[in-house]
Amino acid sequence: MSAALRPSRLRLLEPVMLLWLALIAALLVLVAGPLLKMVLVSFEMQETGEFTFQNYLTAYGRQRYLDALRNSLLLGALAAAMSVVIAVPMAWAVSRTDMPGKGFTWAMVLAAFVMPPYLGAIGWILLAGPNSGWINVTWRALTGATEPLVNVYTFTGMAFVIALHSFPLVFIFVKSALDLISSEMEDAANILGGGTWTTMRRVTLPLVWPSILGGFILIFLETIALFGTPAIIGIPARINVVTTQLWQFFEDPVRVEVAAAYAIPLLLITVGLIAVQKLMLARKGFVSQTGKGGERREVKLGPWRWVLFGWCLTVGLLAVVKPLLVLLQASFAKAWGRGFSLDNLTLRNYRFILFEHDMAPQSVWNTVWFSAASATIAVILALLVAYIVIRRLMRFADALGFLAMAPFVIPGIVMAIGFYAAYAGPPLSLYGSGLLIILAFAARFLPIAYASSQAAMRAVHPEMEEAARILGSGRLHAIRKVTAPLLKTSLLGGWLVVFIVASRELSAAIFLVGPRTRTMSVLLYDLTEQGNFEVVAAFGGVLLVITMVIVGIGMKLVGRDFMLRRE
Amino acid sequence: MPRLTLTGLTKAYGRLTVVDRVDLTLEEGEFVSLLGPSGCGKTTTLRMIAGFVDPTGGTISVDGAVLSAPGAVVPPERRGMSMIFQSYAIWPNMTVEENVAFGLKLRRLPGDEVKRRVREMLAVVKLDQLAHRYPAELSGGQQQRVALARAIVVKPSVLLLDEPLSNLDANLREEMRFEIRRLHDEFRITTVYVTHDQAEAMATSDRIAVMNQGRIEQVDAPHLLYTKPRTRFVAGFVGRTNLLEARVEGGRLMLEALDLGPAAAVAPVAADGPVLISLRPQAMTIHEAAPDGPATLVLPATIAERTYLGESWDYVVAPEGTGLRLRVAAPPLEAHDSGRPVWLALDPRQVAIVA
Ligand SMILES: Nc1ncnc2c1ncn2[C@@H]1O[C@H](COP(=O)(O)OP(=O)(O)OP(=O)(O)O)[C@@H](O)[C@H]1O
Ligand SMILES: [Mg+2]
Repeated sequence: MSAALRPSRLRLLEPVMLLWLALIAALLVLVAGPLLKMVLVSFEMQETGEFTFQNYLTAYGRQRYLDALRNSLLLGALAAAMSVVIAVPMAWAVSRTDMPGKGFTWAMVLAAFVMPPYLGAIGWILLAGPNSGWINVTWRALTGATEPLVNVYTFTGMAFVIALHSFPLVFIFVKSALDLISSEMEDAANILGGGTWTTMRRVTLPLVWPSILGGFILIFLETIALFGTPAIIGIPARINVVTTQLWQFFEDPVRVEVAAAYAIPLLLITVGLIAVQKLMLARKGFVSQTGKGGERREVKLGPWRWVLFGWCLTVGLLAVVKPLLVLLQASFAKAWGRGFSLDNLTLRNYRFILFEHDMAPQSVWNTVWFSAASATIAVILALLVAYIVIRRLMRFADALGFLAMAPFVIPGIVMAIGFYAAYAGPPLSLYGSGLLIILAFAARFLPIAYASSQAAMRAVHPEMEEAARILGSGRLHAIRKVTAPLLKTSLLGGWLVVFIVASRELSAAIFLVGPRTRTMSVLLYDLTEQGNFEVVAAFGGVLLVITMVIVGIGMKLVGRDFMLRRE
Repeated sequence: MPRLTLTGLTKAYGRLTVVDRVDLTLEEGEFVSLLGPSGCGKTTTLRMIAGFVDPTGGTISVDGAVLSAPGAVVPPERRGMSMIFQSYAIWPNMTVEENVAFGLKLRRLPGDEVKRRVREMLAVVKLDQLAHRYPAELSGGQQQRVALARAIVVKPSVLLLDEPLSNLDANLREEMRFEIRRLHDEFRITTVYVTHDQAEAMATSDRIAVMNQGRIEQVDAPHLLYTKPRTRFVAGFVGRTNLLEARVEGGRLMLEALDLGPAAAVAPVAADGPVLISLRPQAMTIHEAAPDGPATLVLPATIAERTYLGESWDYVVAPEGTGLRLRVAAPPLEAHDSGRPVWLALDPRQVAIVA
């Protein structure tokens, strides 16, 4: 017992305190540093570093730049509105009704979610290009018309393509809200004389308004920060948006200061809207679900259920099946416009991209390695922060949680500019190194990892750990033997999600890659610019296969819904 | 030397004092319950003993060595104690056997001794058949036994239990209550048991410490707590009672016009003046005809109300010539109609003066 009699009086140097300091330092480097640096740089003269407003004058001094800003906002609103229209009926059908084919609908939503948006965009160029797009070729052949039926190179076309890959967010939000409403609420309206449709319109929908609005805001924000689709479709269509304009500021000579100044509205809008959303969701009573208690029955739709199924089917076709089909065809074709004939078949595209292209194999390796490294860093950081925050080990634990969640309100493209400004040049001179990208990805996806770590941590009763400690195991030993094994599955889930989103990330990567650190997504974009769609499609196929493998592993080890869980 | 001593133990969260100058001493092998209503600070006290919570005042010592004092706390893993949690906290990723062996392995015992002791322990709690099961495959009662086995097998200096039975259904709770006492009789581990269920505390404990708003009101053997409550709170919390305003006059305890005998027989306080007394429903009996006994006080009364509770009658009786209304318990066969005149016999030895 005598050894036990020297309790530590140096509370300040407790391991937890040291850990806290280390975490704060890491989060400052990853989150606060780049952001601050970006803001600073936006007020600095290039070369001299003197204080100036000149960057802002340059960034907002031309009509073209202002138009891009307006275009971004319009595009965000349009894509978000389209997503709501697409997703709300689907969510209602899957959650509340006896519509057939719910499994299929789920699969389509998941696939649309997993598919990198720029691949969808390329698919839609093949489908709805004004001259040789499949849809237009078919249309002309059938009707003898000379004008194209649809044109992807338009503002609406672009918004539609974006919506086809964003709607899963609204779907998930609305469905999980609907899942919480008991049938009794609807019964109460029925008994007062409301029919199915009236009830849905007057009772059910209003109850999920906050979720719809929440989804709308998120998609709006994602869209204004999206680079791939606007670059692939918008640049040929001469539609300039903020992200593509930022990219132009990065072309030689790189004008980081102007880009930084130009990115500020993106940041402010995001912070503002997320705050609005938080306030909205915090309003009690509006979200008046009764919890899981009440009984839930499926609404009987009669013949209407086929109408709804038709809707889901159409969305699935447009978002997933058709783009994938034409991409697949192109990837095996000598020339994609020549259609599905045997003499058009070839493996040349795959051979070229896998074995002959001088950058492609390197980029595959880069993608896997950057994604894995950043997922690991993000999950470890998130876990430690979640541990300290949930167990309330420290007085200022919440500061950690705040920093870990902060990247959620920083658009990826803004973060990339911040990382470039802070770490690309001296003193660290990370430009061209993989570390720059790994750190940026880790920071960008930290909130995803943090949300899943937090949920996992909450599910492990602190008494589990205390039971180990009172039997003689130190805190770290208890974490290793008890907490960590219990968290394993959820952590793996978090890791895989980060890996997947990192492996397809383009908006941030495009600003940070050097000659040797190009990722698959960046290379895909470069190939698209060169217009060789067969090779692009083959390379996209490779990316999809990698993603599928990871998703498959995740479903096997973590559970079928691990990507779409709302935490 | 006592095994466990709490001296002036205090815990405050900000300006809220949740444990307030608690003094408690446990001899080796003693089983003491902390009993009190929700939020009175039982768990906080127990977790301070375990070392999970730092005291803001006072000390905790085991075998004379101070383990907790403000700002200087030996961590839980170095206290040689065991604890059983409300959630059981059985580790779902380990089998029953691995759960029980955990503490022994940490003590670096040789492998075969760990095996032997785990086997013996599992036999004691009748789980030897289930050694290789995972917790998810066990019933609530079985999980509880695993928790007991895991805590006892390391032969802790002090065993702490925090409402271990509150998640079980009523029948199982009764069975586990005796199981806990049986294990205590077998291993004689010094035990602190937290509960808000008085029947549980009565059935298991050598002594009970009744807590209220962070303070210990009384520490006594269960039957003394019942018959001789020292405070109004204890009288009301442990069992049901009639709390009545009485007076001490010339050394005699007077309840309105009734003379309950010398006050000194009830409590050492003998100063004249108003006092509060507790009179248990079980301390009185109801009779059709006047009984005669030497130690009893008999008075005419009327049945004012009655309720049948299954195991007993609950009468409200009004003694004649007084404004009193007394709750009296009676066995099921002793049925008296409301409004009937009866005789009430009262045992003055079971009267307690409370503060
Ligand atoms: N970490 C804390 N911070 C602030 N107040 C606390 C904290 N922990 C406990 N309390 C307060 O201390 C008081 C006593 O809590 P404690 O858990 O000890 O009660 P208890 O007697 O075990 O009650 P129960 O029977 O409900 O378990 C409660 O009012 C509680 O709200
Ligand atoms: Mg408690």
